[in-house]
Amino acid sequence: MKPQISCQDLTLGYSQHILAEHLSFTIEKGNYLCIVGENGAGKSTLLRTMLGLQEPMAGKIVLGEGMRRNEIGYLPQQTFVQRDFPASVREVVLSGCQGRCGLRPFYNREEKGIADKAMAQMEITSLADACYRDLSGGQQQRVLLARALCASDKMLVLDEPVSGLDPKMAEAMYRLVARINKEMGITIVMISHDVREAIPYATHILHMDRDFFFGTAEEYRQSKRGKLFLS
Amino acid sequence: MNVIIDKLVMYFQYPFVINALIVGVLIALCSSMLGVTLVLKRYSFIGDGLSHVAFGAMAVAAVMGFTDDMPVILLVTTAFAVLLLRTGQNAKIKGDAAIAMISVGALAIGYLLMNVFSTSANVSGDVCTTLFGSTSILTLTKMQVWMCGVLSAVVIGVFFLFYHKIFAITFDENFARAVGTPVGTYNLLLAVLIAVIIVLAMNLVGSLLISALVIFPALSAMRVFNSFRSVIICSAVFSVVCAFLGMLLSILAGTPVGATVVIIDMLAFGLFYGIGVLKNGGR
Repeated sequence: MKPQISCQDLTLGYSQHILAEHLSFTIEKGNYLCIVGENGAGKSTLLRTMLGLQEPMAGKIVLGEGMRRNEIGYLPQQTFVQRDFPASVREVVLSGCQGRCGLRPFYNREEKGIADKAMAQMEITSLADACYRDLSGGQQQRVLLARALCASDKMLVLDEPVSGLDPKMAEAMYRLVARINKEMGITIVMISHDVREAIPYATHILHMDRDFFFGTAEEYRQSKRGKLFLS
Repeated sequence: MNVIIDKLVMYFQYPFVINALIVGVLIALCSSMLGVTLVLKRYSFIGDGLSHVAFGAMAVAAVMGFTDDMPVILLVTTAFAVLLLRTGQNAKIKGDAAIAMISVGALAIGYLLMNVFSTSANVSGDVCTTLFGSTSILTLTKMQVWMCGVLSAVVIGVFFLFYHKIFAITFDENFARAVGTPVGTYNLLLAVLIAVIIVLAMNLVGSLLISALVIFPALSAMRVFNSFRSVIICSAVFSVVCAFLGMLLSILAGTPVGATVVIIDMLAFGLFYGIGVLKNGGR
């Protein structure tokens, strides 16, 4: 398998405050990496650094062959601006194509096709003209997933996609992400605070703490820390 | 009814009335389109703060004896718009406090300068005019009308060309940045557009009432419509109709233009609020 992104000896943090040090790991195509750890361990910061939204304090991130920074689909945590945003589902999903069209002012037919396909895959085609703010939390996450799919068919990065969802919707969300991973072969990197729910689907685990653990899900289950965290 | 029509026909023969209507409609159109973005980005107060900066700049320009003060005001207001939008996220002094600080500061400087250095006998009248725009829209020079027209065309053109980008950075800045959209540049562009609109709008409603032109159309449209595009269109139509009606009414009744337009905006907002409640079943 070829590596898509590898982090080499990263130090993460902002201004003088260091969150994590000596972080090294490699993600290969088709992996499903679940990032777990306490609040404030630097999980979101790691994602932001991988996406190029923030510079690492030390170390570097190397993208694999054929990968570009703007080819990572991102599902950020919801901001309060979005909750009452008057936009149709189609408009939101289509905005996932913005990286493809660069300076061109309008979306072309191909990009509209990509958006339609992404909506079909996320089973929200019937909601295309509905207003984003009227949707349930689970539906909103599907819309944002479809948008992320428009941005990339290689890798999705998800920041706590189930926060604020009830257990049933969270479960559906995990299954959906697993399907994207298995059926479309898209690499998944996901932060989850809900280790027990997320781990059954993951191939690899990154546990961030004062030091970190990186390995396959099986290795994690056998590890001392994994046993402690999962029990 | 005939009396009113006769009166209007009479007024329409004056070029300054036609000029005022054209400029007013253009300003209303520009401010309402950007207003949607500003309201959604939680920047409603930036318009208010910048209008005070424009007031201060106008006083400074007057004191320094510029005959055509619009370029100076435009420059200063743009500089502050950039400053406010750029430092919005990570500044030591947080966004709303910075706006409040700059806005009252500029207001104080402007009033002080106008008071100390004024050549006119009626200082409070001058101040009142700049703040509430009572008659300045009716005394526009040909040059100002042209400038207004060109600047509005630029604002509308830029908005049209960058419509999808503006949507993207309004809805989700982080996502936009992650897929490689130069969010900083577009925010800068927004800041410049806002500054231009503020300076233009000072002519119509005066610097204290500008926020009304930015906020009411956007909020009203958001009560009723469900997609970004329809909200923008509705907001533009709403604003143009209200500005037009407001100006006609003020000509007929002899009321101050700015305040009349704003009151029409408020009434129309009430109407849209009602429609929104009916449409969404009281949500």
